Amino acid sequence: MPTHPQPESDGARVVLDDRDIVRALTRISHEILERNKGADDLVLLGIPSRGVPLAQRIAERIASVEGYDVPVGSLDVTMYRDDLRLKPARALLHTEIPAGGIDGKVVVLVDDVLFSGRTIRAALDALNDIGRPKAVRLAVLVDRGHRELPIRADFVGKNLPTSLVERVKVTLAGIDDADAVTIQGVVQ
Amino acid sequence: MKRHLLSAADLSRDDAELVLSTAEEMRSLADRPIKKLPALRGRTVVNLFFEDSTRTRISFEAAAKRLSADVINFAAKGSSLSKGESLKDTALTLEAMGADAVVVRHGASGAPHRLAHSGWVRSNVVNAGDGTHEHPTQALLDAFTMTRHLGALDGRRIVIVGDVLHSRVARSNALLLHTLGAEVTLVAPPTLLPVGIENWPVETSYDLDSALPKADAVMMLRVQRERMHGGFFPTAREYSRRYGLDGRRMASLQDHTIVMHPGPMVRGMEITADVADSDRSVIVEQVTNGVAVRMAVLYLLLGGSEPAVGGEE
Repeated sequence: MPTHPQPESDGARVVLDDRDIVRALTRISHEILERNKGADDLVLLGIPSRGVPLAQRIAERIASVEGYDVPVGSLDVTMYRDDLRLKPARALLHTEIPAGGIDGKVVVLVDDVLFSGRTIRAALDALNDIGRPKAVRLAVLVDRGHRELPIRADFVGKNLPTSLVERVKVTLAGIDDADAVTIQGVVQ
Repeated sequence: MKRHLLSAADLSRDDAELVLSTAEEMRSLADRPIKKLPALRGRTVVNLFFEDSTRTRISFEAAAKRLSADVINFAAKGSSLSKGESLKDTALTLEAMGADAVVVRHGASGAPHRLAHSGWVRSNVVNAGDGTHEHPTQALLDAFTMTRHLGALDGRRIVIVGDVLHSRVARSNALLLHTLGAEVTLVAPPTLLPVGIENWPVETSYDLDSALPKADAVMMLRVQRERMHGGFFPTAREYSRRYGLDGRRMASLQDHTIVMHPGPMVRGMEITADVADSDRSVIVEQVTNGVAVRMAVLYLLLGGSEPAVGGEE
């Protein structure tokens, strides 16, 4: 029996459980391969912290389909954020660019939630300082809407209509206890 | 609120580890084609150097520029300072120019503290060496270099050898390495250990040969002749025979032990050329790491709306 979305004790609602996430990532992996006509020239860059394990999982699926290990890295965008000055100085997260670099490659940015689009803008600026990819694409597990910039995702696990007061939380085994996407709303 | 970095003692263990992990990220920038980050765009960093310095000033300048800050260099020679202007008037000038951070080196111990707490400037103050007192960013880069080679410093034995009396590097290192859990031994002739050393969180010894075999890192200090007014040891030759690191002494070190020197070094005095150029020597790497560590400090003090590390207001 598949587990179905069910309410949690603190008013949070599970919108994707572990099996939904597996299916979404598998579909995204196939879509990336289809769009790119294979795994050549692909580089997956996860945005820390939860974009990184997502990028690794997509790479594992691509490897099992194509038999080719796509380079995976991480790209911290902290210093490129437009709200850097509005909050206390923040710790940097890990950036690791695969050995082959990104020049002339098709870079797929991977993040957990697409919201205002400001993180992705920062990521595009960060990429600019690292090299010149042939193309940049965006894969996200959840698109919750409310864009503040002209940015859209190429590969989406789930489109999740939300209101601005709701909070979308992605947990991933490895960083957190288990895989889940939950939405926490206002008290009804 | 935390605003300044005046002493290595200002840093809690969490602060120090945050600086080191941030420096690790900054370090990877050195391998990229574009060595530039936008974090301090539009901020002004003033290098205020009342004492001669090459590597520290250049290191701070490179660090600030790689973070896209504007850098103004103020050297005592060739400025109004040599005409007799006071520290206060210089500080008021900097304030009027809109400096966001002042990196200060001064021959008088406590000058950065005075600058930070006098109310003359609103800038963040970073101590780049004050008299024989402290040099916290040097200690941070030394700790950073050690962790890159030795891993976590808990329980590691660090031996610091030489002119401890005149060394701000030794004091800052002793404080910071203690915070990070290392065991520090200072080795020097009795005349070159400061009064009150028994209150430092360190061991002391007069015998280099017995301290070396257990060391995980050996840091040699320069004999600061310009600060010496009197006879601290009979001859330079006797000093280097008893407290210098040569090939014979290096052979008694453990295989993984690294040899460090904050620079500038006097080859033939505290360290022989074959040791300075050996595989164990990380002296050149210390300079590279210095830029990364100073980027981390400037970023954590200036990068956000308020600093993430440093001493209390």
